[in-house]
Amino acid sequence: MKTGRDPRIREWIRRALVCSCFAGFLIHSSVFAAEQVQIGSKKFTESYVLGEIVKRQLNDAGISAEHRQGMGGTIILWQALRGGQIDAYPEYTGTIVQEILRDIDSAHLDLVAAELGKAGIGMSKPLGFNNTYALVMRRKRAADLGIHAISDLQNHPELKFGLTHEFLDRQDGWQPLAVAYRLSPQYVAGIDHALGYDALKTGQIDVKDAYSTDAKIAQYDLTVLEDDRKFFPRYDAVLLYRLSLDGKAVVALRELEGEINETTMTRLNAEAERTKDYGEAASLFFGSTSGATPKVFGEGFWRKLSRWTTRHLELAGLSLLLSIVVGIPLGIWASRGGVLGHVILGGAGVVQTIPSLALLALLVPLPFFGISVRTAITALFLYGLLPIVRNTAAGLQDVPKPLRDSAVALGLSSRARLWQIYLPMASRPILAGIKTSAVINIGTATLAALIGAGGLGEPILSGLNLNDHGTILQGAIPAAILALLVQWFFDLLDRVLIPKGLRL
Amino acid sequence: MLPRGRRGRGYEMNPLVELSQVSKTFGDAAAVHEVSLSIERGKTTVLIGPSGCGKSTLLRLIVGLLQADQGEINFDGVPLGPENVDNVRRRVGYVIQEGGLFPHLTARENILLMARHLGRVENTMFSRLSELATLTRFPEALLERYPVELSGGQRQRVGLMRALMLSPELLLLDEPLGALDPLVRAALQTDLKEIFARLNQTALLVTHDLAEAAYLGDTIVLMHGGRIVQQGLLNDLQQNPASAFVTEFINAQRTLAAI
Repeated sequence: MKTGRDPRIREWIRRALVCSCFAGFLIHSSVFAAEQVQIGSKKFTESYVLGEIVKRQLNDAGISAEHRQGMGGTIILWQALRGGQIDAYPEYTGTIVQEILRDIDSAHLDLVAAELGKAGIGMSKPLGFNNTYALVMRRKRAADLGIHAISDLQNHPELKFGLTHEFLDRQDGWQPLAVAYRLSPQYVAGIDHALGYDALKTGQIDVKDAYSTDAKIAQYDLTVLEDDRKFFPRYDAVLLYRLSLDGKAVVALRELEGEINETTMTRLNAEAERTKDYGEAASLFFGSTSGATPKVFGEGFWRKLSRWTTRHLELAGLSLLLSIVVGIPLGIWASRGGVLGHVILGGAGVVQTIPSLALLALLVPLPFFGISVRTAITALFLYGLLPIVRNTAAGLQDVPKPLRDSAVALGLSSRARLWQIYLPMASRPILAGIKTSAVINIGTATLAALIGAGGLGEPILSGLNLNDHGTILQGAIPAAILALLVQWFFDLLDRVLIPKGLRL
Repeated sequence: MLPRGRRGRGYEMNPLVELSQVSKTFGDAAAVHEVSLSIERGKTTVLIGPSGCGKSTLLRLIVGLLQADQGEINFDGVPLGPENVDNVRRRVGYVIQEGGLFPHLTARENILLMARHLGRVENTMFSRLSELATLTRFPEALLERYPVELSGGQRQRVGLMRALMLSPELLLLDEPLGALDPLVRAALQTDLKEIFARLNQTALLVTHDLAEAAYLGDTIVLMHGGRIVQQGLLNDLQQNPASAFVTEFINAQRTLAAI
């Protein structure tokens, strides 16, 4: 005997709630269970390699350590370090002075260390190389124009500049540089670091910012323009760590002081880009004998793929469940119109207009979030809300007036009207909204890798960084397939959840 | 048989529904203006008039879809208010054009919806359903169909069964046959008349078709501009029109003979 749809839907939602709580608990525990030393790194090759070296160094000293690769920019890592989500990461003195401490009078390292100490952060002595910013051009192009130093650029405002977003915004970056050298090029664009090299190679841009130990300088046959006015400050690589870190770990970290010179670092960077494996480059530093990360291509790839995919589905699935559990009630409220309805729809719309990267960056400094899976899920949940809220509201509002009247006149209670009449009648648009959210979430979840939350974004990011299309595709193709599978799964779900009478 | 509610009191001479000085305004326009009307037990009262005369509004006031701005509506001697509107709705059946069926439910589910909501015993429900199917000449085999799989006339019969399921004391019909083609319409008119007679049903029907009103109605109530213009049998309206509008309205409904 059929008993109407009411209990079935409620049962379904109850199960969804239980599942999401349970899964939330799992993720929560997996994030905090680790007693390992957490090492962070920024989203570029050298930082990845240094992160791997630190991890190896700690492991060799018998300390368990995890490397959370490519967590984004300076501020995200600094916040994560202060918040205790990571214990150490490689940084550069110039960046510390310019970006982290900002209003410090002197760049003297003792003073810098004292300032950092106030925030509970320790700083190692320099690791042994200066990786300062530099402007680079193709060797032939520079030679043709007779450009050797940055000041020579003054006479060539027609040259196209493609600069990283970080460089464009830094206090020791593009704007003061342009003032110091009186540069006023006609074309300046922001471009990703790795993609910029491609643009430089194909001649779409002429000048680009780079790091002086960048392996690509040799690889692409580029010339480093002389900083003839000594504009760029020193960027000596150091390790920042929490002062609360175990003494044994600190000793191990500080053994790296003065051990890596510029030649070594450039070689390690080149090795990382050649082998597409940061662990390999780190092994090179420790001497090839140990070979800590044996590379088994077939198995290694599939295992990684399954780890990425599992995490990706966790991120997208949990956030989608939250979006559904929160979005449908919000949609029901919104469908009743009035001020509340406008506020709900407006709010969900505004969230959608915040660029995803910006939303992540806004969440990271908040106490509960930080660099964690929770942050990624929260951001994805917020993105998933609008389609569900809007479709639920529109679907309910589209229930024809005569049928609403009939339901009221029959004497059904308002609960029964909602559960037995309005929601089933609106099931098609509601499911369409959920489907849209799911597909968006699968795509957007790739950005979670930016804050170290993993997923299929991990190979995409490192591929972008290595300028290796193969690695990018390792993430992009599975993500696209997932999106298709999700679409297909929801098409099937339509047949189960949309009442037959609405499908005829 | 099902309990017949308070049908036993049908012998009392007081009307089932009494409206006194009821007004309802939408924005500036008065939809219903100081209307007083009695709906007699066991009789079919027909509200007729041009579009926008307030006849549908009157129906919606009685079933509580709208609240009157002024005046009082008494249902079985009790004034209608927010506290008893749910109770009254269960004693009233409401049928609209096309039946107002819920598209995601089968004919059977539509008909049994309210009975199930109230937790009525299944066996009695099924015998009642069977009885109604016979009464409305609806083939029981079609009960498993969805509204979209039924014809307009069949949908209307299902709507009627749904309204009659809980043996309502009052049946409200808002232009129930308006969307049907003439042959189906004529058949349903005949059936409706028979059903009302068989059930001794108190009914209030809205139409703008004078022939339908004359055929089904024990009393015809002619409305215009939110007011009742005249009330009586068709003969009264023809012989003793209360105003020029009555004659105009009657003459507007051409018969074949007049062409």
